[in-house]
Amino acid sequence: MKYIDEYRNPDLVRLLLEQIDNAVSRPWTIMEICGGQTHAIVRHGLDQLLPSSIRLVHGPGCPVCVTPLEMIDRAHTIAAMPGVIFTTFGDMLRVPGSHQDFFSVRSRGADVRFVFSPLEALQIARDNPRHEVVFLAVGFETTAPGNAMAIKQAATEGLGNFSALSSQVLVPPAMRAILSSPDNLVQGFLAAGHVCTITGLCDYFPVAETYGVPIVPAGFEPVDLLNAVLKVVEMLEAGETGVVNAYERVVSRDGNAGALRVMDDVFEIADRTWRGIGVIARSGLRIREKYAAFDAERKFDVGHIEPKESSLCMSGDVLRGILQPEACPAFGKQCTPLSPLGAPMVSGEGACAAYYRYQRAWGA
Amino acid sequence: MQFECPLPQADHDRVQIAHGAGGRLSRELMATVFMPALNNPVLAELDDQARLILPPGRVAFTTDTYVITPLFFPGGNIGELAVHGTVNDLAVGGAVPRFLSAGFVLEEGFPLADLQLIVSSLGQAAAKAGVSVVTGDTKVVQKGQCDGVFINTSGIGEIREGIDVSCRHLQPGDRLILSGTLADHGIAVLCAREGLSMQMSVESDSASLNAMISAVLEVFPGIHAMRDPTRGGAAATLNELASASGVGIVLEEEAIPVHPEVRGACELLGIDPLTVANEGKVIIAVPSNGADAVLDALRRDVHGKNAAVIGEAVGDHPGVVVMRTAYGSRRVVEMPLGEQLPRIC
Repeated sequence: MKYIDEYRNPDLVRLLLEQIDNAVSRPWTIMEICGGQTHAIVRHGLDQLLPSSIRLVHGPGCPVCVTPLEMIDRAHTIAAMPGVIFTTFGDMLRVPGSHQDFFSVRSRGADVRFVFSPLEALQIARDNPRHEVVFLAVGFETTAPGNAMAIKQAATEGLGNFSALSSQVLVPPAMRAILSSPDNLVQGFLAAGHVCTITGLCDYFPVAETYGVPIVPAGFEPVDLLNAVLKVVEMLEAGETGVVNAYERVVSRDGNAGALRVMDDVFEIADRTWRGIGVIARSGLRIREKYAAFDAERKFDVGHIEPKESSLCMSGDVLRGILQPEACPAFGKQCTPLSPLGAPMVSGEGACAAYYRYQRAWGA
Repeated sequence: MQFECPLPQADHDRVQIAHGAGGRLSRELMATVFMPALNNPVLAELDDQARLILPPGRVAFTTDTYVITPLFFPGGNIGELAVHGTVNDLAVGGAVPRFLSAGFVLEEGFPLADLQLIVSSLGQAAAKAGVSVVTGDTKVVQKGQCDGVFINTSGIGEIREGIDVSCRHLQPGDRLILSGTLADHGIAVLCAREGLSMQMSVESDSASLNAMISAVLEVFPGIHAMRDPTRGGAAATLNELASASGVGIVLEEEAIPVHPEVRGACELLGIDPLTVANEGKVIIAVPSNGADAVLDALRRDVHGKNAAVIGEAVGDHPGVVVMRTAYGSRRVVEMPLGEQLPRIC
């Protein structure tokens, strides 16, 4: 099975589009949660191919985008400290804080390195015993197990110079926050396929029931996404609610027990601020007290941080699916990937960046 | 009375500062490493300059500096890359490459055996491409002040009569032809650098394309533009062509050749193959009546066997490159923002 070819097959795509067209009888607004799904949709132009009565809006599934400005400023401050090697996934490098981004921090002499995995950061800590190595642990439930493993491994080895700055967030509380907002337009969800691979589906049944919506965990290839859209549409048309798994080759009902165990060992649930949205109760992960020595937030005193959000940036409305990126007045003008006002324009999973990369208006 | 021996301690298997000082060790390095690999009558004169005779007409002149890491990668090394890159920059201007210079910056302590391999590869690549390295220079810097070896090559070529290619010459209706698979070089280097191993090995496509391009110009001299998509990949090159000529470009996603292993690696790493460096490919813009002849000529060469028409220039959306997906939807292929992968060439 060649997953790329099979799940991008044009004949299957055409068939699914036909089926969606036949199934739909009225306008529906569907949200995809995950930034990776947003990019896949825009890259393959799936939103251009769907019937116009289906409106796809993009959710806050970009962990970089929702990391609060205060946390980004904190990360920049720690990175600039002498003796620190700061490690992060690549897409954090250009995210703007109140005053700077990692590139400008690095150009002033800081040691900032991008890594593909937290295990690389661990190795850097082993190789540099006289430096403090900090890893920016950003992500949803997908990255939490790996980040937890790194912290656990550091504790096992007694790697005292390693710590993680945790900006981990959880999906189901975000969905609840969106659905309980008075200006909510979303009627159905494509849930994040790889988040669900870790967590399983149990957290989603109560959301579907409480708010009366269909939730369909979806993959990332065109066939996966359209198949999931079809399922959501069919449920909406039939007035059905609940959770239907459209990514069965990877997502199981109970998720990955080993991953969930290590997450629970290292992290505890805490309130978190989501950039552009505000505080969502019990929506994030904090490093437990027993691993406090590996928590960069406790380890480094950054003094008082006064975050300064751009007054033009409307990323909050974009992240809640209320505003499409190209409708933002600053889109493509004051706000571009080279001079971003907010994280969704920079991050690899940001909705604004997806629109800018793939759909910038091309004149006549 | 204490005498200090004036002769430098000979550490026979590593580069020393004295190798770049212009004295005895420099001449030894020249004799044992450079001359055997690069020998030609002009270089053998060992003067401060190469004195050349060029036929009358237009001359193309280019320079490039190679700082790639790692120095040895699947499918090549920095030595041959330093020839291929500069030869190709001349060839895509319609020039016959003739002469190269080669300037080396070496790091103190660099293994001489590795230097021998690199210079030997450079010499072989030059011979294969039909160019002579007629002048050069070697400097040595202290340990830690450069990364092993940096090489600069400048090249001179004679522009053929009647050939006038330029990035400003694209016209609506021109076909865009790519000579083979994308992203091989960048992905090979990235995998080598990061220690990623794929099930099937990916090799750099580093190669001199002047013979292949000669054959193409022979069958159809009326080509409008040629570029080699190095840093920034095909996306950068196509955007440059579109902007410079004031035309739009539409690409057919299904037509773009990419090796399955390279596609897999790109998907895994979240990299767009269109933005990855190539070192043995050329993009040609040709009027539609020449497309078949050009494609034929490319495919007859070993470096062009996967050549394909990947799109065309259009009058709409000038300066913008658009990709048509297999499903008929469209997206913009924008100019890559920055260095996806540093020190790729």
